[in-house]
Amino acid sequence: MTAHALAEYALVMALVLGLAVPIGAWIARVLEPGERPLPLAALERPLYRLLGTDPADDMPWPRVAGAVLVLSLAGVVLLYALQRLQGALPLNPARLAGVPPLLALNTATSFVTNTNWQAYGGETTMSVLTQMTGLAVQNFLSAAVGIAVLAALVRGLVRRNARGLGNPWVDTVRVTLYVLLPLSLVVALLLAWQGVPQTLDAAREATLVEPFRTDSATVTSQVVPLGPVASQVAIKQLGTNGGGFFNVNSAHPLENPTPLSNLVQVVSIILIPAALCVTFGHLVGDRRQGYAILAAMTVIHAATTLPTIAAEQAATPVLAAAGVAITPGDDAPNGNMEGKEARFGIASSAIWATTTTAASNGSVNAMHDSFTPLGGLVPLWLMQLGEVVFGGVGSGLYGMLVFAILAVFLAGLMVGRTPEYLGKKIEAREVKLAALVVLVPSAFVLLGTAASLLTASGRAGIFNPGPHGFSEVLYALSSAANNNGSAFGGLGANSDWYNVLLGFAMWIGRFWVIVPVLALAGSLAARTPVAPGPGTLPTHGPIFVVLLVGTVLLVGALTFLPALALGPIAEQLQLVAGGR
Amino acid sequence: MREQLRPAVVLLALMTLVTGAIYPALVTGIARLAFPWQATGSVLTVGGRAVGSALLGQPFSGDRHLIGRPSATGPVPYNGASSSGSNLGPVNPALDSLVRARVALVRAREGLAPDARIPADLVTASGSGLDPHLSPAAAALQAPRIARARGIPVDSVLGILRRAEAPRWLGLVGERRVTVLRANLLLDGTVVQTSP
Repeated sequence: MTAHALAEYALVMALVLGLAVPIGAWIARVLEPGERPLPLAALERPLYRLLGTDPADDMPWPRVAGAVLVLSLAGVVLLYALQRLQGALPLNPARLAGVPPLLALNTATSFVTNTNWQAYGGETTMSVLTQMTGLAVQNFLSAAVGIAVLAALVRGLVRRNARGLGNPWVDTVRVTLYVLLPLSLVVALLLAWQGVPQTLDAAREATLVEPFRTDSATVTSQVVPLGPVASQVAIKQLGTNGGGFFNVNSAHPLENPTPLSNLVQVVSIILIPAALCVTFGHLVGDRRQGYAILAAMTVIHAATTLPTIAAEQAATPVLAAAGVAITPGDDAPNGNMEGKEARFGIASSAIWATTTTAASNGSVNAMHDSFTPLGGLVPLWLMQLGEVVFGGVGSGLYGMLVFAILAVFLAGLMVGRTPEYLGKKIEAREVKLAALVVLVPSAFVLLGTAASLLTASGRAGIFNPGPHGFSEVLYALSSAANNNGSAFGGLGANSDWYNVLLGFAMWIGRFWVIVPVLALAGSLAARTPVAPGPGTLPTHGPIFVVLLVGTVLLVGALTFLPALALGPIAEQLQLVAGGR
Repeated sequence: MREQLRPAVVLLALMTLVTGAIYPALVTGIARLAFPWQATGSVLTVGGRAVGSALLGQPFSGDRHLIGRPSATGPVPYNGASSSGSNLGPVNPALDSLVRARVALVRAREGLAPDARIPADLVTASGSGLDPHLSPAAAALQAPRIARARGIPVDSVLGILRRAEAPRWLGLVGERRVTVLRANLLLDGTVVQTSP
């Protein structure tokens, strides 16, 4: 690996961790303002009256779950209708037709579940109205809901002998107003400055400098695609949504034009998930608890990013044998540049690939399908870990806290004591709920992959031959069931089979986690805290960090190693053997 | 769950208004004032006629021009209406034969030794199919051929390539790169305007 790549990675992480501290403290204040009113308190009161909710209404977990489910279902209905009717609605300068039913349903589910799996190309499918007032709205809302669920879980850990977990409507409104909107505004303007379009026009036409002939016609012009791109890309990254305005997402030179715009976006991807760890420390009254979780995430991120950079810089024997320069230099990135952009080279592309899959973002700035076998394995596995290494906004940390509960349970088994986390005893009910959260989406990934390979309609979507074709299917299921949204893009996913299967996967990946997490929060809230004893494992030190990292990696490896062996590992062996 | 229906519907409507209309309108308004050229696609014009976007690659094949990266967009390369990468996997035989053919083409076109290694970006398809850039190495390699076709010294071509080159951000982030369209406009002596 080059020193330049290492320095770039260090800069990304320094920015993320440096900004996470103040932003995390601010989010803590937004979620628990206490006696000090928030700046827009006067605006909030009429909002809650309009919603018909009392901010002091302290809801037990079933009502919180109900609120999240009803809001999400209503979101799916609205987004579905908007896509189907876009042909008859305004702000459709490209005169695009309504989106077909199953694709519209898949896309609605995708954006409501914070997945942003895209079985369509933005510039050829979605009108300006659909993108701006439909997809982008769910980018905000799904992220805010993620933080609201996290807030409920943290209240469950903090409160004693309580039933209520707060008011999710209030949390959702506040997170949008005080966190997502201001950050999005800043990021959107930075991106517009760098060249990301922001207009209600859909496209302009330019005359080519050098017209060319094809078999059938002479091509003399090029479309310059436009739209309200900067505002949508900002929240797509900050909300860990990841849905691109254009088909190739942030590989598109108008969606991500410069190394600086790329840096702003890659930092935005994990900024809020990292900040929420700091928030967690503030809310539980012991900042070290938050830093320990953040440390565990950072360790896994670094340990997966650096090998990915190395794998992509080393490229493959196939490229080397074809006469391609591999050694990186100051005047050419070289290595595996298939599917990568010249302005990003290898380092910025590989750092992005692991960051977007560690977080449940799923936007891409390079085509993952064309990564080397090992370079593609890492993003795939990061999703399979359950999107807890930074993970989604809110969802990453509530997922990681489930792993923390499993980690103290494992530690308890080793020393033969009742495990506890933050003073709350972890008993059979909690461990069962945690196991459900971990096992069900993983089972769906493996069974869904198997079902796709056993059916003609599932196999029909495969683009690349051999083990790589298997990886394409495994990647799609891993992405959908963990609400990531990135793809091995060769897979023809806009078929009835994948639109339905992946739609279910996204729904399960979101709500089969949210509902047990809220149940867990309810059961923890009701407990009386116990004072730490000599058998208590401190959850703020390096031993706990190691234990947490070990639990996440072990569960991920045990669940997915056999499947990975059939895909990227087989492909790597194929390369080493020199065969095809 | 019935009690949650009203807040859900009202919140959805409010969010659509605030994050779906007011927020993008605000960004559009500020961007139009502060960055009018960038906000409308960074379009380069000659006498009011758009000749391309400074951020989008165009297909070139003539000997007098700098030739950019292979593009995998369909049905024609560098199709601005439909961005796409090749999505070919690393051991797909189709990738192998495409890259071999491109390497042979570049060696022949630029008059290189039959075993010359070619900068990777020049013989691999970009992620977007619209990549506007080349690495400096991939650009410099074409200077002798461009100079020959135009009957000008190689040094003046190299000078133009340097003018069309952008550095890493802070010398650290991303890659050095030559903007192909800008280099070719400079080579042709075309004066472009960057007004919105």
